[in-house]
Formats: sequence, structure tokens, C-alpha cells
Amino acid sequence: MDWITQLLTAGLSAGTPLLFATLGGILIERSGVIQLGAEGLMLMGAVTAALVYLWTPNLVLTVVAVLVVGALLGLLHAFLTVSLRANQIVSGLAMTLFGTGLSATLGQSVAGAPLVGSAPIVNLNFLDGLPVVGPVLAHLDIFTWLSFLLVVGLTLLFTRTVVGLRLKAVGDNPGTADVMGISVTFYRYACVTAGSALMALGGADLLLVYSPTWIQGMTAGRGWIAVALIIFSQWSPLRALIGTLFFGLLDTVGFRIQLAGSTIPPYFLKMIPYVVTILVLILVGWRSRHRPSSAPRALGLPYLREQRL
Amino acid sequence: MSLFRSSFRFEIDPSGKAAPWWTTLVSVALALIVSSFLILASGADPGAVWVKMFQGAFGSWFGLTETLLKTIPLLLCGLGVSIAYKIAVWNIGAEGQLLAGAIAATGVTIYFPNLPAEVALPLMLVAGLAAGGVWGLLTALPKVFFQVNELITSLMLNYVAFLGLQFLVFGPWRDPKGLNFPGSPVFPHAETIPPLWGHSQLHWGLILALVLVGVYAVAVNMTRWGYEIRLIGANPEAALHAGIRIRRHILGVLFISGALAGLAGMMEVSGVTHRLMDSVSPGYGYTAIIVAWIARLNPLGLILSAFLFAGLIVGGFNVQTLGIPPSIASMIQGAILFFVIGSSLVGKIKLRRTTPGTGA
Repeated sequence: MDWITQLLTAGLSAGTPLLFATLGGILIERSGVIQLGAEGLMLMGAVTAALVYLWTPNLVLTVVAVLVVGALLGLLHAFLTVSLRANQIVSGLAMTLFGTGLSATLGQSVAGAPLVGSAPIVNLNFLDGLPVVGPVLAHLDIFTWLSFLLVVGLTLLFTRTVVGLRLKAVGDNPGTADVMGISVTFYRYACVTAGSALMALGGADLLLVYSPTWIQGMTAGRGWIAVALIIFSQWSPLRALIGTLFFGLLDTVGFRIQLAGSTIPPYFLKMIPYVVTILVLILVGWRSRHRPSSAPRALGLPYLREQRL
Repeated sequence: MSLFRSSFRFEIDPSGKAAPWWTTLVSVALALIVSSFLILASGADPGAVWVKMFQGAFGSWFGLTETLLKTIPLLLCGLGVSIAYKIAVWNIGAEGQLLAGAIAATGVTIYFPNLPAEVALPLMLVAGLAAGGVWGLLTALPKVFFQVNELITSLMLNYVAFLGLQFLVFGPWRDPKGLNFPGSPVFPHAETIPPLWGHSQLHWGLILALVLVGVYAVAVNMTRWGYEIRLIGANPEAALHAGIRIRRHILGVLFISGALAGLAGMMEVSGVTHRLMDSVSPGYGYTAIIVAWIARLNPLGLILSAFLFAGLIVGGFNVQTLGIPPSIASMIQGAILFFVIGSSLVGKIKLRRTTPGTGA
């Protein structure tokens, strides 16, 4: 393996947790709801994965448990924001605080315990012959492939299906969607629940593939970077893939520079993803300064039928 | 006949009143009940945890002093966050702004170690205010000029500030006599905030924080500036047509918001720890968000909720002896916030009788 292959492989495995969370966020925001709880959900996903996998080393059971935990927390957010019309931003912040604290409390018994052999590698040896990307794609773990499938699946959902069109209608103009007989409540509940489950899965992927030991607060702001990536990707799953690969590479490059015996203090290398996130958002804002935003138009606004205009 | 088929349903009346004040108390109580179940699930005895927490925070003079000490940064950060929310800017970067203030104040003690107290303390105060304010501006500038979401910027800057702090206390500012302890040298006596009396831990920062709450109440509710920022927060469209300079106000408000958090940071290092450490804040900036929200940005409410949450942090440290991480406090905070926002609709829900045939 040459260094490009190594870098891409490492970048992908660092980027996949972000991809799951970003895709979940895109699904939620397309329906018009903001979910800022990504950080808390990723932590809850990671701690659930650690607890279940160490209890029964069954990957399917682990993933199911993670999805259930994420979906339940998603239901809570949906209940508060869709049914009770509470402030979506505050509910998301509460989710982050709650998830951070609860995951630290629950995970105390498994903190520092390493998980072995948790993510099977899909070996596709016939791909090895391809230049550059061949050796990367030939030995990816099962979660990375799942995230690729999700990118394709969500792209098809948004562009090629009636369900996707209705979902976008609910996010852009819930009043009109309601008149058309589309249940705003149902679509928003469904998207928030499913998307939150994906965010939790991102945390599980971080734990099972990227750094297989539960440490309190191990996501280190990745949930928030995922929230930024939703904007960076302009609510498109395909661009989310590019964005997360870019951030995965950033993570990896910083680490490599450190390994190479650089004299730059590691603290500055660790700042790179956070600083770049801000710079990227500035760039996105500057580029789209004369264009209307591609954000779902009803994003963040609770829908109340009696107030329909 | 129609009487039998009539039914009741809940309706939300958007013009209804804000939730009455007691809903906050009920929410806190419900959150504590739910937290009890979660503590039970993690294998501990909730009763013992609550007793331990309460004793730790309010049960002794030492505990009460600790709680009052932690009220100071929560109150200052909560004030900063509240001003930002008045203008509808979601500053969640109080943590980073606090650290920036702590770093700047420590910088004064490191580079000017021999100043007399009359010069050193004001200089540290200004350094803390300015550093926090600039850190707040770093969030405001991208928002005002490039429409960058302030939630993400302010949060990312928290991580940048924390890594900068770690660099300093593990690197150039590390105490050479500290036996690898990650902290700056202890401040000279002249550069520490004097205690309120005798050898008390409590320092004059508490009085200053309370005075600033009064200033906040007057500035926001009784001045033209306060009126303008409240108008921008409530209806930016109307503010624009009224000729109010929205951008300038956002920049100013976030400078003040950050400066208040920076002041909290300066007071922590100069009044409490007397040195810069990487553990200088147990998440004051994040807790301040809840402090502000639960107080509904009300000045008196801010004092009460800052005191309550300071108790929660102190109590959280006290339950460590039961084998529970202190982060249990942030779980309880999250649960309280869930219930408080869930109850914000209580005043707007109406029970209405619907009878078939009337179309209701």
C-alpha cells in the first residue's frame, strides 16, 4: 500500500462516523426540524454500542440496540418540537447535555475496556487491481459500505420517490403540504426518529471502527462538526460524502504530522478541524451571498395548523 | 344524542399567556424523578445520591461557600448568554469566552509579576473582559458578514480555546516547580482578588456579579439601547424598517456577552484557583445556557437559577465518593431543560369541547 491508499483509508474511517450523523441531520432538516443534539446522540450511540457489545459480542444485536436508543431519543425531540412546538434549538442543546451526562454515567463500568474484532472487513480482492482507489475499496469495513449505501438510498429518496417529494414539501412549506393531505406531524416524527437513530449509529461506528474503547466524551465535538457539515453539504447526501471525507482526511493529516515527529505542538494540530469548520462555513456563506439559501424554507419553524397562512 | 358524541380535545392557542412561574418548579421536580430512574438504571441508589448531593452543596458552611463561589461564573456567563439571547443570537460559546478571559488574566500575572495590586487587578480585569469580548466577536463577525450560523462558530471556538489553554499550561506557562502538574505558577498575592472578609474563600467578585445583574436589568429594560436590542430579537424585520443598525448591535452585544464570560474566567483564576489549570472550568459556559433559559432571561431568576445550578455542580462532585462520575450533573441539567421547554406551552393549551355538526 502506498501512502495515498493509506491516507484515503484512514480518512474514510475517520469520516464515516461524521457521514452517518450528517446524513441523519440532512434527513431531519429536510423535514423542517433542526436537531442540534447530534453530539449527545453520538455519545449515547457509542456508549450503547460499548455496553451491548461487551455484554454480548453480537454485532447485529449491538447495532439494533444503538438504533433503538437513537430512535427513542429522537422520539423525545420530535414530541417536544413537533407536538409541543417547543424551541428546537433548546431541545437540541438539552439533548446534547443530557446525552453527554447520561453516557458518562452509564459508561463508567466499561470505560477503557477495549473492544476486539468488532467491525468485520468486507474483502473484495478483485478490486485490488484498480489504481489508487482499488486497494482502498477492497478492504473496507461493513459500516463504511453501509454509509455508502445510505448516501445512494437517501439521494434516491429525495430525488426519485413520492415519499421524498412529500418530505421535502413538509420541510419547505408545511401549510401547502397539509392542504395536499400530507400529514406534517407524521413525516416530521418519522424523519426526526430515523435521523436521530442514524446519528446514534455514527457514534457507534466511531466506537466500533475508529477508536474501539469507550472514553467519556470521546466524540470531541464531532456531532457539532456534523451539524456544520449539513450546511456545508447544502442538504445534499452526495455532497455530505465529499465533506465528511474531507474532514476525515483533516483528522488523519493532523495525526500523521504528529507521528512524523513534527515540532508543531499537538494542540495546534488538533485545532485544525474546528478552525477549518468555521473557515468552510465562511466560504459557503460568501459564495452564496447573492443566492437564496438552499435550506429547507420552514427549517426551525413549528407548524401549527390553526396558524396556517 | 349529541351530548354523548361530544368530546374534548386539547388545542393550542398561540396568543395564550406564557407559562406560569410554578411550571418551572414542577419541571425541575419531574426532571429529578426521571433522573432518579436513570441513576437506578446505572446501578446506584438515587436516594443516597440526592442526600449526598444536597449535603455537599448546602449542608455545610464549606459546601455553601463552594456553591456561592461557583454561582459567580454561572451568573456572569448566564448574564452574557442572556444578553445575546435578547437579540436572538445563540451564543453557546460562553465556555470558550470564559477560558479566553482566564488565559488573558493569567498572561498579565506571567508577564508583569511585580505590579502592585492597585494596578494589577484592574489590568487583569480589563484583559479578561477584552479577551472574552474578542472571542465573542470571532463568533459575531462571521455571522454578520457571511451569515454563518453562530451556534456552530461559537461551539467550535470553545474547542479552540480549550486546546489553546492546554497548550499553555502543558507548554510555555507550565510551573517549573510544579512537578509536571499542568498548571501555571501560583499568582503573586497582589494579583489575587481579596476575600470578602478575613480568610474567607468568598471574594469580591460575588458583589461585582450581583451589581452587574442590576446593570443588566436597567440596561435591557430601561434604556434605548435595551429597547433596540429587544426589538431586533423579537422582530428583526421591524427593527430594520425602524432604521436600527442591526449589524452594529449584534457585534456590540456579542462583545459584551463574551466580555462577561471573560470576566468570569478572570475571576476564577484570580479569585479562586490563583493559577491557570486545564480544569479551570467544569463546563460553566454550557451550564450557563440552562441557567439563562430557566430564568427566562429574568435578572432575579438568573440569580436563583445560577445558585441552584452551582449547587448541582458542587453536589455532583460530592457524589464521586459513591462511584458516580460528576458528569451526572450535566445529565440532570439536560433533563431539567427538557421538562422546562416541554412545559412552556402549559399556558397556551386549552381544553375545548367539540360537538359534531358544528364543524369544530
